[in-house]
Amino acid sequence: MTDLDQPGTMTEPLSVPYRERERSVTMEPIGEEHDELLTINIGPHHPATHGVLRLLTTLEGEIVRDVKPIIGYVHTGIEKSCEDQQYWKVIPFVERMDYLSYYFNAMAFCMAVERLLDEEVPPRAQWLRVIHLELNRIASHLFWIATGSLDIGAITMLWWGCRDRDLALDLFEMSGGQRFHTRYFQVGGVVEDIPPGFEAQTRKFIETMRTRIPQYLSLLDRNEIWLQRTKGTGIVPLETLLELGVTGPLLRAAGHPWDLRKAMPDSGYENFEFKVPVGTVGDNYDRFRVRVEEMLESLKIIEQALDGLPEGPYITDNRKIALPPRHELATSMEALIHHFKLVTEGFRVPPGESYAAVESPRGELGCYVLADGSAKPARVHVRDPSFVNLQALPEMARDHLLADFIACVAMLDPILGGVDR
Amino acid sequence: MEVTRTRVDGDSLRVRQLKAQQMLRGELEGEDLEREVEQRLLFTKFEEAQNWARKNALFPLGFGLACCAIEMITVIGSPRNDLSRFGAEVIRFSPRQADLLILSGRVSVKMAPIIRRLYEQMLEPKWVIAMGACSSSAGMFNNYAVVQGADKFLPVDIYVPGCPPRPEALIYGIMKLQDQIMGDPAMGWRERYRAEGTEERPDRTGVA
Amino acid sequence: MPDATGLELIAQRVRESVGDEAVTDTVFSRGRATLDVAPQSVHAVIAYLRDEDQEPWERLMSVHGVDYLPAEPRLGVHYELLSMARTDRLNVRTRVGVEDPRLPTVVDLHPTANFQEREIYDMFGVVFEGHPDMRRILMPEDYEGYPQRRDFPMGGEPVIYTYNEPELPRWYD
Repeated sequence: MTDLDQPGTMTEPLSVPYRERERSVTMEPIGEEHDELLTINIGPHHPATHGVLRLLTTLEGEIVRDVKPIIGYVHTGIEKSCEDQQYWKVIPFVERMDYLSYYFNAMAFCMAVERLLDEEVPPRAQWLRVIHLELNRIASHLFWIATGSLDIGAITMLWWGCRDRDLALDLFEMSGGQRFHTRYFQVGGVVEDIPPGFEAQTRKFIETMRTRIPQYLSLLDRNEIWLQRTKGTGIVPLETLLELGVTGPLLRAAGHPWDLRKAMPDSGYENFEFKVPVGTVGDNYDRFRVRVEEMLESLKIIEQALDGLPEGPYITDNRKIALPPRHELATSMEALIHHFKLVTEGFRVPPGESYAAVESPRGELGCYVLADGSAKPARVHVRDPSFVNLQALPEMARDHLLADFIACVAMLDPILGGVDR
Repeated sequence: MEVTRTRVDGDSLRVRQLKAQQMLRGELEGEDLEREVEQRLLFTKFEEAQNWARKNALFPLGFGLACCAIEMITVIGSPRNDLSRFGAEVIRFSPRQADLLILSGRVSVKMAPIIRRLYEQMLEPKWVIAMGACSSSAGMFNNYAVVQGADKFLPVDIYVPGCPPRPEALIYGIMKLQDQIMGDPAMGWRERYRAEGTEERPDRTGVA
Repeated sequence: MPDATGLELIAQRVRESVGDEAVTDTVFSRGRATLDVAPQSVHAVIAYLRDEDQEPWERLMSVHGVDYLPAEPRLGVHYELLSMARTDRLNVRTRVGVEDPRLPTVVDLHPTANFQEREIYDMFGVVFEGHPDMRRILMPEDYEGYPQRRDFPMGGEPVIYTYNEPELPRWYD
C-alpha cells in the first residue's frame, strides 16, 4: 500500500523537483523510429481502378520505402494471337492492348504496315485519322481524370468525366458504329467516311468541352485539399525519367518538351497549329495540369482539322490492300476477284521489318511488325508506354506517405492492358 | 391542357392513417376490415419478399479486369446509364460485403486462382455475371494465356455478350439477373412460344 | 532515320572503336536503318552509341525480341535507339541461337531495359547476363516454356464445327 501523498516515500524521482525532472528528459527518439519494414500486397484486386496491378510495397510505418510492381494478371498473349491472323484481322487484336486509347494502337500498327507496303494514305484519311486520334485523346484524359480524382477522393469528377466521355463515345459510335474498339482505322486509310452530321455534332462537343474543362479546373484546381495532395508529391528528377524511358505527359510535366506530334510528325500533324503543355517541377500537380491543358489543345486540333478537311477518298485506291466499294462488285470482275482474295486470304506484305511510333495519351506507343511475305505477320510487338512508365513508379513513390503513393499511381495513369498485353 | 386528378378511394391522408392505426390495433370489424385488407395489404410468400429485397439491392464487387471494366465503370459512374436506378450502385470492394461479381474483362491464367479466391470469400447468396465475350468464352483470344471462359472455374449465372457490351446491354443483363433472383428466369418467352420443357435449370429462388 | 550513307558511317565508327567483329551487317530498307551486331558486343556497341560525341543516341526506346524461324540463328533482339536532339531513330539488332541464348544486359546503360529484358526472357528464353532480376514477368512464375517462340503452340481450345463435333469432349462429358 503506497502512500502517494507523501513525496519521497514511493520512489526516488518524486524527491527531485519538477523543473529538474523536466530538464533531464530529452525529446529525441531512442533508436530508429520504426525498426521494422512491413511488406504487404496492394492488389491485384484493389479499390484503385487502374486494373489488376499488384504492388509489393515495403512500408515503414506509413512511409513507402520500396515498391515492386508485379504484372501479368491480364496477359492475353495478343502478340502471339496476332501471328495467326491476317493483317487486317490483327487490328482488333492490337486495339485491345491499351484499351483506353484504342485508335492509337490501331494507328501505330497501320502506320507500320503502310511503311512496309510503301503505301500512301490519302489526305482526307489522314485528317480523319487525326480527328479521331485527338477525340480519343480527350476521351482517355477524361477517363483518367475521372478515375484519378476518384482515387484521390474528389468523387464528383467521376460523374462529370464519365458524362462528358459519353459525348465523345457518341461521336465514335456515329463514325465507327461502336463506342469502343471500333476497328475504324485500316491499312491505307479509314474504313468508312464520316456520316453527315458528324461535323456538326463534333463542333457542338467542342463547344461543350470548352465550357466544361474550366468547370473541372474550378472544382479541382482551387481546392486546397487537392492542391496539398498533388503539389510537391511524386517528384522524380528529369534525368532519371529520361533514363527510365518515360515519355508522354509524365516527361512533359518534368519540363522536357518531347512530343512525337511535334518532333517526328506523321499523318498530317504538321499541318496543325497547337502548343505542347510543359510543366516545371514534375510533381503530381504538374502532371494533372499538363493533361488538362492537352485536352484543350486537342480541341484546337480537332477544330482546325474540321475546318480544313479535304475532299477525296477515305482509303487508298490500291485494290490489292483495300476492299473495293460495294457498288463496284456488281459491275467489275477485277473488283470481285480483289474482294475475294482480300477477304479469304488477305493482302501479302513483302518481307521486311518496320517500327512506327505515335504519341498516345500515355507516351510513345510504338509498333514493330516483321513481315515474311505471307498474308500473316510473323511478329507484332507493341512498345507500350504504360509498360515502360511503370518502371518509374518506385522512383515516384519512394519516401512518400501511402496516400501520396496512391496519388502517384493515379497520376501515372497506367493501363494494365497495355502493360500486360 | 386541363389535368384533373381524382383520388381513387376518396380518403385524405389523415383518414387513411387513422384507419391503418385502427386495423393494427384490431379495432376494425367485418366489412370495414375486409375493405381495408383489400385495399392496403399485400400478401406474399416470405421467399418472394426476400428475393425482392435481394434483387433490388445488389452490391457489386468492384472488380474490373480489362476493357469491359471501362464500360462497367461507365454504367456505374455515368449519369446517362445509371445503375443506381436498379439499386446496385453501392460498390463494395471487400468481397465479404458484396454479393454480385461482375467479371468484366479477359481472365488470364495468372488471374484465375485469384478470382476463385475472391469468389470463395464472398458470402452466400452470391451471383456472377460474365460480362463481355472474353469472360464468357475467351472471346477472340483462343490462346495459351486466357482461360477459355470463366465458367471453367466459376458458376456463372448471366452471360452478357459484346466486345465490350454496351452499358445498356449490361443493365439488361443485370435486370435479367434480377428476374432470375425473383425465380422467373424465363421472362415470358416460354409462354409466348409454348416451349415448356426447355428449361435448363429448375426454378431458382435466389440461393446460388 | 539516318540514310544509307549515314548508316555506313555509323557502322564504320562503331567498327573503329569497338572492334571489327562487332558490326556484322548494315541493313537499310524503307527508311529504317538497322545495325547488325554480334551478340557479345551488344553492350559495348550500345555504350559507344550512347556516349560518342559526334552523334550520340542517348535514349533507348524499346527492346524487343523476334523469332526468325526458320532462319538461323533464330532469336533476334532489337534495340530501338532514339536521339531526341536530332529526332532520329536507329535500330541495333543481334541474333542468338536457341541452344545458347545469352546476351549481355544493357540495364546499366539504360535502366529502361529492366522490364523489357525480363519480358524477352519470359517470352523467348533469352537470358540477359548481369540483369538484377531475371525472372518471368508476364507469365506465372512457375510456367514452363517460352510462349512467343514460333514453335510454341497457340493453345486455347479447338473451335467446334459440325465436322469435328463428335471427337471433341464437351462440358458434360
